[in-house]
Amino acid sequence: MAVIPEIKETTLSLNAIDKTYDMGVEQVHALRGVSLDICRNEYIAIMGASGSGKSTLMNIIGCLDSPSAGAYYLEGENVAAMSENQLSEIRNRQIGFVFQTFNLIARASIFHNVELPMIYGGIPRGERRRYAEEAITRVGLNDRIKHKPNELSGGQRQRVAIARALVFNPSIILADEPTGNLDSRTGGEIMGILDELHAAGQTIILVTHEEEIAQHASRVIRLKDGEVESDLRVDDTDACIAPSESLHLVGGATS
Amino acid sequence: MKLLDALLMSFQAILGNKLRSVLTLVGIVAGVASIIAVMTAISVMQVTMEQEMSVLGAQVFQLQKWPAGGFSTPEERRAAMTWPPFTLEHANAIREQVETVDLVGAEIWDFGYAVEYAGESTNENISICGGTPEYPPNNTHYVGLGRNLSPMDIKSARKVAIIGFAIGQRLFPFVDPIGKTIRMDGYKYQVIGVFDEKKSAFGGNFDNYVLIPVTTYLKSYGMIDPRGFSRSVNITVRAKRPELIRDAQAETRQVVRRMRGVKPNEPDNFDVYSSESMIQEFNAMTQGVKAAAFVIGIIALVVAGIGIMNIMLVSVTERTKEIGIRKSLGAKPRNILSQFLLEAVILCNIGGVIGIAVGFGLGNVMTLFTEFENNVPLEWAAIGILFCSAVGIGFGMLPAIRASRLHPIDALRFE
Repeated sequence: MAVIPEIKETTLSLNAIDKTYDMGVEQVHALRGVSLDICRNEYIAIMGASGSGKSTLMNIIGCLDSPSAGAYYLEGENVAAMSENQLSEIRNRQIGFVFQTFNLIARASIFHNVELPMIYGGIPRGERRRYAEEAITRVGLNDRIKHKPNELSGGQRQRVAIARALVFNPSIILADEPTGNLDSRTGGEIMGILDELHAAGQTIILVTHEEEIAQHASRVIRLKDGEVESDLRVDDTDACIAPSESLHLVGGATS
Repeated sequence: MKLLDALLMSFQAILGNKLRSVLTLVGIVAGVASIIAVMTAISVMQVTMEQEMSVLGAQVFQLQKWPAGGFSTPEERRAAMTWPPFTLEHANAIREQVETVDLVGAEIWDFGYAVEYAGESTNENISICGGTPEYPPNNTHYVGLGRNLSPMDIKSARKVAIIGFAIGQRLFPFVDPIGKTIRMDGYKYQVIGVFDEKKSAFGGNFDNYVLIPVTTYLKSYGMIDPRGFSRSVNITVRAKRPELIRDAQAETRQVVRRMRGVKPNEPDNFDVYSSESMIQEFNAMTQGVKAAAFVIGIIALVVAGIGIMNIMLVSVTERTKEIGIRKSLGAKPRNILSQFLLEAVILCNIGGVIGIAVGFGLGNVMTLFTEFENNVPLEWAAIGILFCSAVGIGFGMLPAIRASRLHPIDALRFE
């Protein structure tokens, strides 16, 4: 009997995404017809030179920006047509950002920083405390919970950012050059944490220009001039084998 | 997001920038304190005023030639100079003809005398009152030691005197003043009584006067005053019961008008005044001060509000990155709006509370060294808080809207 592959759910599906910036006289096409399917628990690196459109793609995947044309399904919902308030909710519940510059709120404690998404999500105080402590423990900073970001090293700050990103159990963790401001040893530690999260079932999208970092991912998507140049699977364990009838979208997997 | 969480966030932001918050507060504190201080001071005076103006008692009104409230135009003054004086005959007529009154007294005042006894003398600040036995009840100032004036004292124009409490203490520290002879303005009087002590916030001369029979006064000083006018007495009239005071005033006016030959279509050629009318006059006077304080306070608050707006605009620019971070974490535009708006409102209200406290303090300063009773007009505290919130919302709105409308990406990229 043939081995039936495990059917994995599509978490995220981009279909013919265009993004055009109106710069007065001329129009800049940051993305041209980008289509992608990303499944649960995939570990993806998006690469590309500066100006390739990777930041724009990340902003759209992170629901910080809306595409000019095309459809973007996140957990089955078309977010391309959503209002600012709805997008806020999606960012709140489904996306966990990890930024190059950590982006912590400087005057707030580690605890408050990690708790913040849950405040906007309307989670009661008691639960917030429990989840925040869990997440902080998970990145190994439970002894620093009352500290302010400026009392921590860069690596520790990025751990806080990761704790904040995962505290709401998001569909995707979106890491934009997460090691860009760290030395290679600390960067390695941060990548270790991301690897662990992936092993525990978390979907992760890395945006990076470093090959070394990209190697942590199991699939590398390269962008050039706003288009997908290549989409390569480094290892097939997380392969996205979606039955065609389950696809509510056109286009589909590039593999 | 719960209100409590939003409040905590705003407090955090305010405490995160203490110096700037304090500087912003100064304007609000000054504005609120100036309004509250003036309103408190007026209210302090008002409460005391109402108590003291009631010296005449709620049942008593007074007829006099010269209006108690002064003149508002020179024409009024000239007209009043031609008015006939009040005499004891008026008092007698009212006593006999008006049904609704029970005590009708007459009094006439002069100021600036010294009282001497056994080589000791007071300063030249003693008032003489020529009065009648009705004086103590009509002025609610009673004789504590000795006796009141008697009808016989009036009839015979006896040289007897009831002295104020302070005069008694000054001249008779060790001996009983009753029966002793004092000298005042060259005339000798036998002391028959001493008034109760009666402190006053306005002037405080209730313990520094001497009451002698009105007839004695007129006999000594004559019917013409030094300026050439016929001496006019003030007539104090007590209604039988407080609720009759309006009827009593009306009837008394009719009697007096008839006696003085005032034609029906002419105005009174005399002044009727009661505690109530005096309080009204005081209130009318303070309206202007209140309005001025209010306008000044509002201007101060508007200036402070513009300061708040400026600070909040700077704060929004300075925290653009933070706004971007919050938006990336799922803050909705209204969350950002309420955070900045609350910050402005809290800032204003902290200033407001301090301003109210300072204002109450300043407004009550004079009660420390006068007889005024201190007073805290809480309704003004409520108005102050209301105004501060309005200023916070009014001037915090624009910066807050600006913050809430920032695009998440632009905000995140801001350095």
